[in-house]
Amino acid sequence: MAMLEVKDLEVYYGMIQAIKGISFTVNEGEVIALIGANGAGKTTILQTITGMIPAKRGTILFDGVDITKVPGHKIVPMGMAHVPEGRRVFSQLSVLDNLRLGAYSRKDKNEIEETLEMVYHRFPRLKERRKQIAGTLSGGEQQMLAMGRALMSKPRIILMDEPSMGLSPIFVSEIFDIVREISESGTTVLLVEQNAKKALAIADRAYVLETGNIVLEGEADVLLNDESVKKAYLGE
Amino acid sequence: MGFLSYLISGISLGSVYAIIALGYTMVYGIAKMLNFAHGDVIMIGSYVVFCAVSVMGMPPGIGILIAVVVCTVLGVVIERIAYKPLRGTSPLAVLITAIGVSYFLQNAALLIFGAGAKSFTSVVNIPALKLAGGALSISGETMVTIGACIVIVIALSCFVKFTKSGRAMLAVSEDRQAAQLMGINVNGTIALTFAIGSALAAIAGVLLCSAYPNLTPYTGSMPGIKAFTAAVFGGIGSIPGAMIGGILLGVIENLSKAYISTQLSDAIVFAVLIVVLLVKPTGILGKKVSEKV
Repeated sequence: MAMLEVKDLEVYYGMIQAIKGISFTVNEGEVIALIGANGAGKTTILQTITGMIPAKRGTILFDGVDITKVPGHKIVPMGMAHVPEGRRVFSQLSVLDNLRLGAYSRKDKNEIEETLEMVYHRFPRLKERRKQIAGTLSGGEQQMLAMGRALMSKPRIILMDEPSMGLSPIFVSEIFDIVREISESGTTVLLVEQNAKKALAIADRAYVLETGNIVLEGEADVLLNDESVKKAYLGE
Repeated sequence: MGFLSYLISGISLGSVYAIIALGYTMVYGIAKMLNFAHGDVIMIGSYVVFCAVSVMGMPPGIGILIAVVVCTVLGVVIERIAYKPLRGTSPLAVLITAIGVSYFLQNAALLIFGAGAKSFTSVVNIPALKLAGGALSISGETMVTIGACIVIVIALSCFVKFTKSGRAMLAVSEDRQAAQLMGINVNGTIALTFAIGSALAAIAGVLLCSAYPNLTPYTGSMPGIKAFTAAVFGGIGSIPGAMIGGILLGVIENLSKAYISTQLSDAIVFAVLIVVLLVKPTGILGKKVSEKV
């Protein structure tokens, strides 16, 4: 059974159909990339999965449970975290307060400290700056904070929306290394990216989106060598 | 001694404004709306105390407790029925609804209690403090009001800073969607904010009517507007800002009444507000936050 299964999903913004009946699956342990141009609907899909936007039709199954109509705040405790587009850290709170909010839905108080240590270990810079106000961090650091905050909920699957957006090339490589590490530590990853080359390099499988439809899917290394993908998304 | 006496009663009046302003500022910070019915919740709270203490002869403590419970429930019910269905729509629709709720509460009180002023019996029975050989007298109401304001501001600041629900409030106030992604129940957090604000309104009502014992269906309206002004003055969304704004407003109002003109005192208060906002548009302690479009 797939960990996450999206079936015939349709999403509207008012009268405009943003997602036109798409289906895809994410299996446990995989890194799945959703790639496509701006406006293809990648962010909308993630937002619908975590209950930020309602689905018009279709179903979303998480571990076989229908979560299509589950309110957003009840999805996190089920083991799903979402690193939203544009990071959305709480800019007026400290780094540590942001991380603690990431663990908001957890009941196991004693183990939260362990997770915090784990996050600090993965992002030493967050530990150094734990008392700093999040709004004063650099873009790359805020992205790390957004990721660390998501990891604080101890998710089994993590949805990441454009983690490399607006970052300097050094940070981009670092962020993709971290995504790979998160995956290697046993967390399933659903990654939305405009940087198709980097995304395909670390993904197992990928889906290519165009204006609300999936136009291509397959093994990441196959897509990486696909002529049409190369032309449209890899700039070759 | 005259000046000191005016100053102290100004601080006392300002403390009432501050307690009301806390409700405005918290609801604005978290639900991003101006709850113009807030002042009328004060009036309802005062009527509840009046009925419990003056009509039914209950001890004041019990009366206040009942008023706090009634106002808390009222605040949550208003939010649920009038404001929640409008979440995500135009802020103007919410604002107009709030004004409608305000008129509804005033007219409901008019229907039940009539237009005549009820004489509110002070719930404070602490003797006045005589200082400087009797030249300066501070009433029990004044001391209780100032004390209550300080306790409430400290308690609320600690609640927001150190409790999980308080941090959830901060998160919701900054970014509702991101807060939801943390597993925070946004609707529940907003309801809690209304509950706290309305409970404070009940306390403010009791303190207000103990100092100024004329209770009518419009009692809450003017203090409500002034407290809103105080919240803007101090920087809307900020808890210490509400306190500073409220007390400054009360002091300015009282000193204007004493030394300039009773009739002009309100005009002077609002003129000061305009000047402050011209110099610092976000208020005294306001954070510079660009409004998201």
